[in-house]
Amino acid sequence: MINEFTMIDVAILTLLAATAVTVARIRDLWAAIMFTGIYSFLSASWMLSLDAPDVAFTEAAVGAGIATVLFLCTLALTGKNEKRFPRFSPVPFLVVTITGAVLVYGTLDMPHFGDPDAPVHQYPSPSFVERSQDDMHGLPNVVTAVLASYRGYDTMGETAVIFTAGTAVILILRKEEDPDDKADGSEEEAA
Amino acid sequence: MSMNTFPIIRVVTKLLIPYILLFALYVQFHGDYGPGGGFQAGVILAAALTLYGLVFGLEAAKRVAPPKLMQRLMALGVLIYAGTGVATMLMGGNFLDYNHLTHDVWPQVLPSGQHLGIFLVELGVGVTVTAVMTMIFYTFAGRQHIT
Repeated sequence: MINEFTMIDVAILTLLAATAVTVARIRDLWAAIMFTGIYSFLSASWMLSLDAPDVAFTEAAVGAGIATVLFLCTLALTGKNEKRFPRFSPVPFLVVTITGAVLVYGTLDMPHFGDPDAPVHQYPSPSFVERSQDDMHGLPNVVTAVLASYRGYDTMGETAVIFTAGTAVILILRKEEDPDDKADGSEEEAA
Repeated sequence: MSMNTFPIIRVVTKLLIPYILLFALYVQFHGDYGPGGGFQAGVILAAALTLYGLVFGLEAAKRVAPPKLMQRLMALGVLIYAGTGVATMLMGGNFLDYNHLTHDVWPQVLPSGQHLGIFLVELGVGVTVTAVMTMIFYTFAGRQHIT
């Protein structure tokens, strides 16, 4: 049962768990941000070993790249160390323990890893995989076909969500006196 | 934010950025065939711009990708996506029904039908994601310490 793929999976998952515990325990926020970057790269490696390279791209670029930079920008505005709470608080500990136990209990009902009878492999993928070659006039990438064509409405909604999120961030965080906006005064006419 | 005093980081960044940009373009325009697509290409492109901004300073990055242009590109991407849908309606189909984009202009070179539709909407996604991620970086990095 133990082949090289199992060993890679076990190694990556062990490192993921160790990194997560480190992030939770470390008080130096700069180091914690670096560890979240490491966590993202480990997740990306794991996605790659699960044959999901596009998810791995996203995780590496967003999680390890852009999110880390945004954390660092935030850190430049706040303190470098987390506030220390020496008092042990039983209620949050209890809530976390119960939530964790419920989540672990939930996984007991899930199909085994790689099980071909799992619902995710039964519906609706086979129909798409069978139809997409004809429907797409020979485009080989079923994932792209599903995202951009079969579920084109959803992807358009997602693009609109990204646009809305970006607009909201700009509206909230932009400085009042932004020199870029009044550099030439053509803003109003162009908009 | 600038790291102008570290020559090794500057040189390595200058060497890396062309390949990051090339990879982003590959992921964007080869997404119908290989892994990837508009979102992945957009975040990779934005990561390249972010890296440039980190190493050479926010002002240098803003000269490469001006915020005013990026704000317009944010909306342009959604417009390309929705416009593709409207175009299919004008050609007699349903919204985003790419089969109606079929044409026979230069058939071996220009994509047609589903190929063209997927190409266009992925382009729209890529443009919006690049612009939004870059603008978020600009707004975060542009904040000053308030004390």
